[in-house]
This record gives sequence, structure tokens and C-alpha cells, in this order.
Amino acid sequence: MSYDWNFQPVFDNWWALAIGAAGTLRLFVVCLVLGMGLGLIVALGRRSHNRPLRWLSTAFVEFFRNTPVLVQILWFYYALPILVPIEISPFTAAILGISLNSAAYSAEIYRGGIQSIEPGQWEAARAIGMTGVQTLRRVVLPQAIRRIIPALTNRGVEIFKMSTLASVVAYVELLQQGKLIASLNFNPLETYTVIAAIFLIILYPIVSMTYSLERHLARSD
Amino acid sequence: MADPVLRLTGLGKSFDGHRVFSDVDLEVLPGDRIAILGASGSGKSTLLRCVNVLETPDEGSMEVGGKAVGDNTRNRPARYSERELRALRQRVGMVFQQFNLFPHMTVAGNVAEGLVTVRGMSTSAARERAVSELKRVGLADKADTYPSRLSGGQKQRVAIARALAMDPEILLFDEPTSALDPALVGEVLSVIKQLADEGRTMLLVTHEIGFAYHVATRIVFLADGGIYETGTPDEVLKNPKRPLTQQFLAEHQRFQF
Ligand SMILES: Nc1ncnc2c1ncn2[C@@H]1O[C@H](COP(=O)(O)OP(=O)(O)O)[C@@H](O)[C@H]1O
Ligand SMILES: [Mg+2]
Repeated sequence: MSYDWNFQPVFDNWWALAIGAAGTLRLFVVCLVLGMGLGLIVALGRRSHNRPLRWLSTAFVEFFRNTPVLVQILWFYYALPILVPIEISPFTAAILGISLNSAAYSAEIYRGGIQSIEPGQWEAARAIGMTGVQTLRRVVLPQAIRRIIPALTNRGVEIFKMSTLASVVAYVELLQQGKLIASLNFNPLETYTVIAAIFLIILYPIVSMTYSLERHLARSD
Repeated sequence: MADPVLRLTGLGKSFDGHRVFSDVDLEVLPGDRIAILGASGSGKSTLLRCVNVLETPDEGSMEVGGKAVGDNTRNRPARYSERELRALRQRVGMVFQQFNLFPHMTVAGNVAEGLVTVRGMSTSAARERAVSELKRVGLADKADTYPSRLSGGQKQRVAIARALAMDPEILLFDEPTSALDPALVGEVLSVIKQLADEGRTMLLVTHEIGFAYHVATRIVFLADGGIYETGTPDEVLKNPKRPLTQQFLAEHQRFQF
């Protein structure tokens, strides 16, 4: 069977694709910052001496890790406004679903990283009079984060790809635009091939950058 | 007579119901160098770690520089506020068996860390001070190296410089040479000797009995859940009076005075 590839109709819609890419990037950056930031807070919560805080953080991780992101996005978009009188945009619903899920996963990564630091490091910092927060910021986290960069990179890639789930609430991102182009031009093969290629073209350089970051941080080894 | 730098009164510590030591009384005057000896597991590290409250003692009381540390007027065991602990730890320097250098910081960064983070010194002033402490331990040329590039002996000298940078009134050494290749022990002991000659006050846990004999002003032998025998090096090391001390020294016959 031979198929006549014709990418022209896809490229004719480059403007729609560009808008989609911008929507994907916007969602990615917001979810990356929120997911990784909140993840660190939750990880610290799980190590807290405060029992309710510890319990809450654990419950958070288990809840968001064990429910599908797609269901969460749909829930925030369609269900939450029934419970509380607020308007939830597709963008907000997607941010909530993806960030909270990523926070749950990255919290576990941070926790593992922090636990992997030898107790002697904490003791040496305390022995010169540093506070717990100073020790975390100056001694423990810099070493822990270095060890978990590969795992965090995976999380980041995952967040980028999860952005496509936002199309379920018609948020304008790459996949959503692709669906539109494919249905107007009856060319799903070319369109989705191009969409996949765009993901690869954007993601690969970002991942390469984290490799050089890893190398840069390994200079003290 | 000068006020004691450190006074322990009836100090005791248990782990999960297992009593490590109790009723430890110890008075450390300025310039005292106290070597703490004892078999493995006799509580030497625990005693040392109680002094800067890396372990919380659960009996007795402690004074540093004439001031009580920890509140045991109503609370038994004594409670320590975070603030008080930070102040205490700046006055009490500690050197660990495993060095515990910060691997992601340069040698100078390690020494300057407390000055910058705890004392709020500017980075440049802290670096200057760090380099001068490194000079003291003979490692000024390694200031910009990372710890992973150093030998064990060099690492331990950096750790000593890190403790010295905070101007402690008393130095705690927990088996500072036990993790080292025999060939590297000498360079660390000679730095400690130099500090002793400067008149620094120190508590030194060690298995280098010959070194303890020459450097210490007093020996504390831990056994049987407390201070078992104490006195001058001549008294305890040459003429031990009690059986466990005699037995311990007999087992460490390899040392020379
Ligand atoms: N954090 C701890 N938890 C429980 N037991 C401990 C702890 N630290 C030390 N111990 C116990 O206390 C005793 C004294 O230990 P330590 O002070 O390390 O002895 P030393 O330094 O003389 O070898 C040992 O029996 C050891 O197992
Ligand atoms: Mg020990």
C-alpha cells in the first residue's frame, strides 16, 4: 500500500500550530514551576516534625499520585464549579491537574534526594551553628538536587507531554490545534506526524541543556 | 582561679532504655586538653556529642563559659532552645572522624561557610579569614580545590580549619585520625599538637595513646557506664589503678610513650 504524503496543508496552517506551541509552552512553564516548587514544599512537609503537616503531605502525595491526571483536569473543569461558585478556565483546570500531579511525583523525588544525604552533612552544618533551614538551603539541597537532576528531568519531560491532556477541555495547545487541522483537512497522518516532530524538536534541546547542567554541577567530583 | 570553660554535672545519656553513661562530672579549665579513652562502645562519641548537643543528654546539667546551657529548672531532661544551641555550637568546635566536609563547596568555601551563613560576614572577608585558617593547617594552596581531590589527612586538616574559623572556646575531636591511612595520621596529629601548644582547650577522643600521653593535660577513661578512672597521663597511663583501665592499656600495648 502506498500513501501520498502531503505535508503542504499542515504547513499552510503554521500559524495555528504556532499558537498551539505557544499554548503548550505557557502551560509547561507554569506547571513546571508550580509542580516542582510545590513538590519541594510537600517533600519538606513529609519530613516535618509536625504530625498533622506530615499526615497532610502524605495524603496529598498518595491522592494525586494515584488518580489519573486526565480525570483531575476534567474534575476541576466540570465538577469543581458545581461545588464552589467559581469559573474555571481550561487553562486553570489544566494547571491544577498537571501541577498537583507533578508535585506529588516530584515530592517523592526530592524526599529520596534529601534522604540520600549522609547524616554527617547535617551534623557538620549544625556543629558550626547553622539553623535547619540554612543547612537545607546551603548544604543538603544543593547536593540532593544534583543527585536528582536526572529524575527531575524525566518529570519535566513528563510535564511537557502531559500538556496534551489539556486538549480534553479544549485548551489551545499543540494537540488541540492538530486535531483541528486534521479534521478540517482530513489528513491525520501528516498532522499528527508533524505534531510529534514538534514535541521532539522542542523537548530534545531542553533535555540536552539539563545534561550540560549535570556536567557543570559534577565539577566538584 | 579561672572559670571553667565547660562543666558537666551528673551528665547521663540513654538510648532506648540502654544507659550509655551516667553521673559524668567533668570540669574543663581554659587550656585543658582532655583525652577521652575507652573501649569501642564505651560512650566516648556520645559524651563528646552531648557537649555540643548533637545528642541531647537526658540527665544532669551543663555549663559553658560559666553559663548554664539548657533549661532544667522545670524540665527534666533539660530543654534546649534552637537559639541557645546555635550560640553554643559557635563556641564549641567539632571535628568528626569522617571529616564531613561539604563536597559541593571548595576548600575555602567549606571553611568560610559558617562565617558567611552563621556570622553574616561578607564573602570576601570570610574568604580572607578562611585562607588564613588554611595557612595555619598548611593548606592555603588548596583553597580553590574541591574536597574530593584531597587526601584523607588533608580533608581532616580542612575540617579542623573549618572548626577554627568560628573562634571556638573549646574544640572537640572525635577520633580525628581513625579513618586515615596510617601514613596520613602524623600530619593531622601535628596540627592538633600545634593547637595544643597554642594553649587551646580541647576534648580529644582518640586511640593514639602515645599521642594522648604527650599532649593531654588529663586523661578520662570511660568504662562501665561512666568515668571509670581519671588523672594525669602519668597516673592513668603509666600507673593505672583499676582493673578495666589496666586491661585496656594492656590490650593497647603497641603504643610507645
Ligand atoms: N544514635 C544512637 N542510637 C542508639 N544507640 C546508640 C546511638 N549512638 C550510640 N549508641 C550506642 O551507645 C553506645 C556508645 O556508643 P559510642 O558513644 O559511639 O561509643 P564509642 O564512641 O566509645 O565507641 C553504643 O552501645 C552504641 O551502640
Ligand atoms: Mg566513637
